[in-house]
Amino acid sequence: MLKRIFEKTYQWLEDRTGLFSFIGHMARHPVPSGARWWYVFGSATLCAFLIQVVSGIALALYYIPSADEAYATLKYITHDTAFGGFVRALHYYGASAMVLMVGAHMAQVFLQGSYKFPREMNWLTGVLLLGFTLVMGFTGQILRWDQNAVWTAAVAAKQAARAPFIGGWLSTLILSGPTVGGSTLSRLFVVHVFLIPALVFAFVGLHLMLVLRHGISEPPIPGRKVDPKTYRREYEDSLKKDGVPFWPDAAWRDMVFAAVMVLAIVLLAIVFGPPELGHPPDPSLIDANPRPDWYLMWYFAVLALLPHGIEGFFMVFAPIIAGALLILLPFISNHGERSPSRRPWAMAFVLMVVVMIGAFWWAGVKSNWSPNFNVKPLPVEVVGAANGPVFEGARLFELKGCLNCHMIKGYGGKRGPDLSEIGNKLSADRMILLISNGATNMPAYAANLTPKEMDELVSFLQSRQSDWEPPK
Amino acid sequence: MMVGVPLVGFVFKPLFKALPPVWRSVGKVDSFKVGETVAVTFLQASPLPWAGVTAKTAAWLRRESDNSFTAFSISCTHLGCPVRWRPDAELFMCPCHGGVYYKDGSVAAGPPPKPLSRYQARVNEGQVEILSTL
Repeated sequence: MLKRIFEKTYQWLEDRTGLFSFIGHMARHPVPSGARWWYVFGSATLCAFLIQVVSGIALALYYIPSADEAYATLKYITHDTAFGGFVRALHYYGASAMVLMVGAHMAQVFLQGSYKFPREMNWLTGVLLLGFTLVMGFTGQILRWDQNAVWTAAVAAKQAARAPFIGGWLSTLILSGPTVGGSTLSRLFVVHVFLIPALVFAFVGLHLMLVLRHGISEPPIPGRKVDPKTYRREYEDSLKKDGVPFWPDAAWRDMVFAAVMVLAIVLLAIVFGPPELGHPPDPSLIDANPRPDWYLMWYFAVLALLPHGIEGFFMVFAPIIAGALLILLPFISNHGERSPSRRPWAMAFVLMVVVMIGAFWWAGVKSNWSPNFNVKPLPVEVVGAANGPVFEGARLFELKGCLNCHMIKGYGGKRGPDLSEIGNKLSADRMILLISNGATNMPAYAANLTPKEMDELVSFLQSRQSDWEPPK
Repeated sequence: MMVGVPLVGFVFKPLFKALPPVWRSVGKVDSFKVGETVAVTFLQASPLPWAGVTAKTAAWLRRESDNSFTAFSISCTHLGCPVRWRPDAELFMCPCHGGVYYKDGSVAAGPPPKPLSRYQARVNEGQVEILSTL
């Protein structure tokens, strides 16, 4: 009886909508055999996005996008709701997974030449989706409306303001005003929750439509070149010969990989919890230490390490050039070899990008170029004296901010050279000259030290020798 | 036209509205010592009613002499991070990319392309006032 009702309902729905055969047809569309684990990153990205949609909707139940109240609602979500901290963590690690998977998907498509004819538009819509993902990550960090968020917004606006002609306009658009204020959060909320997600849905739809239209690219074989004149026929023939239905022959790998990814996200969320909510979003609290979330940390480092003077051009033109190259790629090379083993430059390029982003990310985490504001005072055994000029010099070394940038036996900052053994290398006269006049990246201290203080400071620095003994 | 113009105006007009600068008091003249640089907090020129703490902003205020004050923006000219004042070193240091400025706001080291920008500051009826422009 029950079975009959189900069958009747099913038949009626199928007759009136055609939904089941439509989905079934899509799910069982033939794909090339031999598509192995390389092909799972796209579906994993989609899966991560779905986690974001679900956890995002959940967060929106409590979150109030007002400059005044958002911080309080975030505290409430984290501490006073059932599983609120977990949902925030889910949203954070889901975002991280989405960024990683987009990157992996893109690298795989690039390395295996899948962007070539006839899939140029697949690549192009993918590039746009990468851009949307990064905007989501960035605006998401600002929606975590704490001190870091406020300064991150300010820093982004300052970067945009460097653009020629439209800089001021761009900066105003990012902050929704001349500076961080009441409108900043509510408008970035609209971008994060309505505008970009709508675009992501639309472009994911288009992206998938294109995947169905052109079929999943066959695994590349060295020597088999893409020729736009014959490619489509060859692809059809190979599908007829040994194509397999997407569901279940290929899809099970997507399912398994996505499941492992979801498990990893959940585990990370449980073990590490949500990203820390910093101080309140009060722009008058000066002791801020703004840092972007990890996926933009490498860019933060790039901006610190660029030669002075060119970063104005870099900040404006590098993203434009990178975007233009990504968009132009399938039009520059849409035929020829697909196999990475025959495209060593493609391999080298991906490797270079990965190594560069990794190295800059690590540099950003360490931020050695910043004065260290949390230096511990030099202990007596490092100073080597409890009174006298060497002791006084060490005190001045801390007071005058030298220690913030220079390291002595593991104490201090890493901005400038390590001075643990500077007494072996520089004469007292040379030291006085350097300290008075400064250097490329060191302030001049002539106006800030009395002759007595200079003598004490130099006595301390002269005593920094590998075999120095305190005077008896 | 009838739908588009009001809608676009509604979305973008408030962003580009010119805000008249406002003098904001940051404390009594006597509460600042000559030669010292301290952080002062004041309100933006025309904050929105729901801005909460984000309506606040800060400056580094230096009393040059009895009646003269200099107010520096706290934003590094490199990328806008808040610079910190180290009184003994008499330097402003930026925590983001290592920019350093002298006590007069000129660049001492690091990537900043120009000196710290300044607000207008004045003494009015025993109060120090800063011209809040943002």
